This record gives sequence, structure tokens and C-alpha cells, in this order.
Amino acid sequence: MPGAIYAEGLVKTFGDVKALDGVDLDVPQGTVLGLLGPNGAGKTTAVRCLTTLLRPDRGRAVVAGFDVLRHPNEVRRSIGLSGQFAAVDEYLTGRENLQMVGRLYQMRAGAAKARAVELLDQFDLADAADRTAKTYSGGMRRRLDLAAALVVSPPVMFMDEPTTGLDPRNRQLLWEVIKRLVSGGTTLLLTTQYLEEADHLAHDIAVVDHGRVIARGTSDELKARTGGERVEVVVHERDHIAVAREVLSGFGKGETTVEQHTRRLTVPVTGGAKLLAEVIRELDARGIEIDDIGLRRPTLDDVFLSLTGHVAEAEAQAGESEDKGQSEKETVG
Amino acid sequence: MSAVTDAAGGAAPQPAHPIGQPIRDSMVVAKRNLIRMARIPEVVIFGLIQPIMFVVLFTYVFGGSMQIGGSTSATDYKNFLMAGIFAQTVTFATAGSSAGIADDMHKGLIDRFRSLPMARGAVLTGRTLADLVQTALTLLVLAIVALLVGWRVGSDGGTDAGRVLGAFGLLLLLGYAFTWIGALIGLSVRTPEAATSGGLIWLFPVTFISNAFVDTSNMTPWLRHVAEWNPFSATVQACRVLFANPGQSQSDAWPMQHPVWASLIYSVLIIVLFRTLAVRKYRSATA
Repeated sequence: MPGAIYAEGLVKTFGDVKALDGVDLDVPQGTVLGLLGPNGAGKTTAVRCLTTLLRPDRGRAVVAGFDVLRHPNEVRRSIGLSGQFAAVDEYLTGRENLQMVGRLYQMRAGAAKARAVELLDQFDLADAADRTAKTYSGGMRRRLDLAAALVVSPPVMFMDEPTTGLDPRNRQLLWEVIKRLVSGGTTLLLTTQYLEEADHLAHDIAVVDHGRVIARGTSDELKARTGGERVEVVVHERDHIAVAREVLSGFGKGETTVEQHTRRLTVPVTGGAKLLAEVIRELDARGIEIDDIGLRRPTLDDVFLSLTGHVAEAEAQAGESEDKGQSEKETVG
Repeated sequence: MSAVTDAAGGAAPQPAHPIGQPIRDSMVVAKRNLIRMARIPEVVIFGLIQPIMFVVLFTYVFGGSMQIGGSTSATDYKNFLMAGIFAQTVTFATAGSSAGIADDMHKGLIDRFRSLPMARGAVLTGRTLADLVQTALTLLVLAIVALLVGWRVGSDGGTDAGRVLGAFGLLLLLGYAFTWIGALIGLSVRTPEAATSGGLIWLFPVTFISNAFVDTSNMTPWLRHVAEWNPFSATVQACRVLFANPGQSQSDAWPMQHPVWASLIYSVLIIVLFRTLAVRKYRSATA
């Protein structure tokens, strides 16, 4: 049975640019999929196809049990979308914004009103409820936008870079909200450029680059694919490098690399902390003095680098000089 | 930020009354736009200044040197002019719709609306209805200013309240039709800035190559034909007839002979055509 969000072979071309080049996704109900990739990778286009905003050239997508192309209105009734820009009317108050969205989700006036009050409370906006959104801070606007996406407690949520541009405190706050949402059973597809964010929030991660999913799995699986754990040792004496290398090679599952000038040796291993203890004992027995030793797990940065051959962060930063997100969207028109 | 509602079983709400949905959605959006207008009164006020300026400038600067139906009387020109200024004013509401919709696109609001289970045309209908309210308000103020500078209905024959109201009805219908053109422009341009100028520029030839400010019988023949068949001219001529104001065109062109019908038909055609195009554009809007 397909998941709450299911896509098969999505293709979308804008002129010469293949924004999506055959994307498959399957998000089981009640889980979070992190769509991770640099600016222009196709994340936003994928979200727009899944939320009925954009018609894919090819492929099929089913959201909350409804075919996106054949039953778009049923899909819209079952989803909440929070985009890259806080899409709230800045001349309406927080309360008016939420009431309007409630009405347009076809709630009755009274129900929309009551729901707005509830959400304003939950999102710490009760004090600002009757101020126009123009007076809100960036974090408050983002919270109002997220509240608007949750007006009908949709079973499936899409968040396109929900924390881009937020300060660390507001990012933390949003993470809390997202976690609580998911613990309530909501299925969530989240796009992000922040490796840390995907690591933190998502059960599964799909790494996207140039319109394709180039890797998927849990955070741990992706890290394991990059070579899993490594033991790193810094020896005290340069003369000890050769012996230490011999020791490490005995434990390692791959080639031992040596950085002469820092006296650092690295070797991929399996076996975790138990193995680390053995390595320490063996080095000690051989009389090798060590400055530092540790079990290092690859970060998602390592994952991205090994998968794409380029660093995610660097490209993300380059994209920031262009109007954020615009790069992906401008090509649409 | 405590206890986000349990969302697991959040079933999709069913429309309360599916039949009235397009109307209700349009009203929700219209209300939103009216609230905005009330909170940004500058827009309404600037929208008033321009036509009032035109009334005063045309009346006092051109008034003495224009020949209308053989008369060079400043009073005749004044009475001739007002139908033209009224009609031009209602068409300029187009720029407001195009700028507003482009702004909504730019801010991501159109995306939000498009992701909601609402009637497809409601965002645009709501916008154009709100603009119609603004147009009516502008027209009211303008009529008062016109009366103050000496415009009178029935200056060139008999008329009655019904005919005068009918003229204002035709003006509002024309304005409403043109806001749909504005909606299409707003959806088609990339930035709100482009929408502001793009929504306005083409209105100058449309409103000037017409019978609004001058007697078309003095134009070169080909230009006269354009002016006489210009949809905008039909409403102006209809207003002059219904107001019983001077300078009515004596041309044989059908819209000039049957201006009320021509005005109605043109406006309805514009609405049907541009509403269809704009709603189609909205459905595939991607900015």
C-alpha cells in the first residue's frame, strides 16, 4: 500500500532546465521525510507538484490517498502547506488571517473563529492576535504561516524550508512545534538545505540533486554508506606513526590514511566503542603515546560530499545571493 | 506553544454547502481586500486625486478652447467632459487590480490560496468585487466634485433619475469589466512594479483615442473609426445620452447609434473573455 505521500517518476521541465528528472518518493503515514539538497536541486518544484500548485510533465503522485492530477481538490482538503515565504496577508491581523484561511478550507464562520483562537494560543501569538501581521517579527510571521497551514489539522503537511532565514531561537521553537505535530500522527514532507535539520527532524532522508533523488535512507544508513565509523588517532611522536599505522590496519576495514604534519591517522572500522577500547589497549601495549583518539561518525556534510562530489553548504550559500528560492521559481513563468 | 492539536485523524472537512461555495469563497476574499483597502487608505485617496485633478485641469485649462458640436462655450465643454472623465476613472481601477494580484503572487499568497480547497475563480472574483466597491466610492466623490465645478445633467435635453442611475450602472459595469483585464495583467507579469505600470500604460491610448475628451468628428477618418468602435467610447456616448449632456456623436457607426446596448454588450463580452483567460491563468499560476 502506498504511503501518505507517494510519487512515481515525476518529471518537470522549465525550458532547458529539468527541475525534476524522475523523482520517486514514498512517505509512510505518520513519518517525516526530509528532502535534502542545495538551492535549485528541485525540492520546491517537487513540493509544488505534490501540493497541486504545479502540473508535472510526467509521472504520478498520490497524496492522502488521492491522485494529485485527477482529484486535486480532495488533495487540497487533506494537506497543509507552509512555504518558503511566510504567506500571510500583512494588512490583516493574525486572527483575521487564520479566520480567512479557515473559511476557505470551507469551515463555518463560528468554527473558523474558534479554531483561530486555539491556534493563536498554541503558537504564542495570542498577545499579537489583533495586530496586523505587518508588525510581526520574522519568526512570528513564520509561526502564523505554519498556524495557517494547520487550520484543519491536515493529515499530510508540506513544509518548504520552514526555518530558512530564522534565527537559532526561532528555529528551535519551530522544531519543537514540528516534533509535536509529528508525534500527533501527521505525515510530513520537509525540505531543507540544513543537514542538521534533516538529521534532527526526519525519519527518512532523500538527498536531491539536479532533480533526482540520489540517495535515500535513514540518517544512520546514509552515514553508513559514506563509510560508517572511523577511528581517528593523533600520536604524540612523529616516529610512532609507522607502528600506529600497523596497529590500526589490523583493526580497520579499509585503508588507513595518514596526515603526516598533524600526526593524524584515520581508518574505517566496524565495532564501535568496544573496538575503540581494543585499539587503545593495543596502542598502549606497543608503547605508543597518543594525544587524541576518537570514534568519528560521518556528518551529513560528508554524506553529501561523497554522494554529489560537491559540498552542499557552499552551493547553498552561493544561492543565497540570488533572491532566495526565486532561482528555482523564476524559471517557472 | 503547547499541545499542537492531534492531527492523526484530521479528516478532510467536507464543504458545508457545496452549491454556494464559489459565492461564499468570493465574499471571503472580497472582505479580505476591503479590509486591506480600509487599512491602506492612501491607495483609495490617491485613486481619487487623479480624476479630481483631471476634472479641474480639463475644465479650466481646456475648457475655453475646445469646440464641442460647434460650440466653444466652456460650460458646454464641462458638461461634455464629465462622462469622459467618469469613464476614464472607472477604467483606471484596472491598475489597482493588476497591482494587487501581482503583489499577492509575489508574497506567496496566491500559492496559499491555490493550495486551499476553494473555488478556483474566487480569488479573482473577490478581488474584482472589492475593486468595484472602491470604484463606486471614487465615482461618488467624483460626481460631487463635478457638480461643484458646474456639471449638470439635463443640460442638453430632458433626463430623469432612472436614466442617470442607468448611466452610473453602465460606468460601474465597464469598470468591473476592466478589472478583469487588470486581473489577467496582474497574473501575467513578474513583479508588482511591472503590474502597476503595465496595468496603466495601455489605458492612455484606449481612453484618449475615443470620444471622451474631444469631438471625434475632428479626427482623421481612420482614427475616427477606431475611436467610434472603441468599447470605451460606447459607454461614454451612452452616458452623454442618458445624462442628456452635449457633444453626443452623430456618427453612423453602430455603437454610436445604439450606445446603451453597445456599452452593455462590450462590457459583458470583456467580462466573459477576460474572466475565462484570467481564471485559466490563475489555475496554472506559478510565480
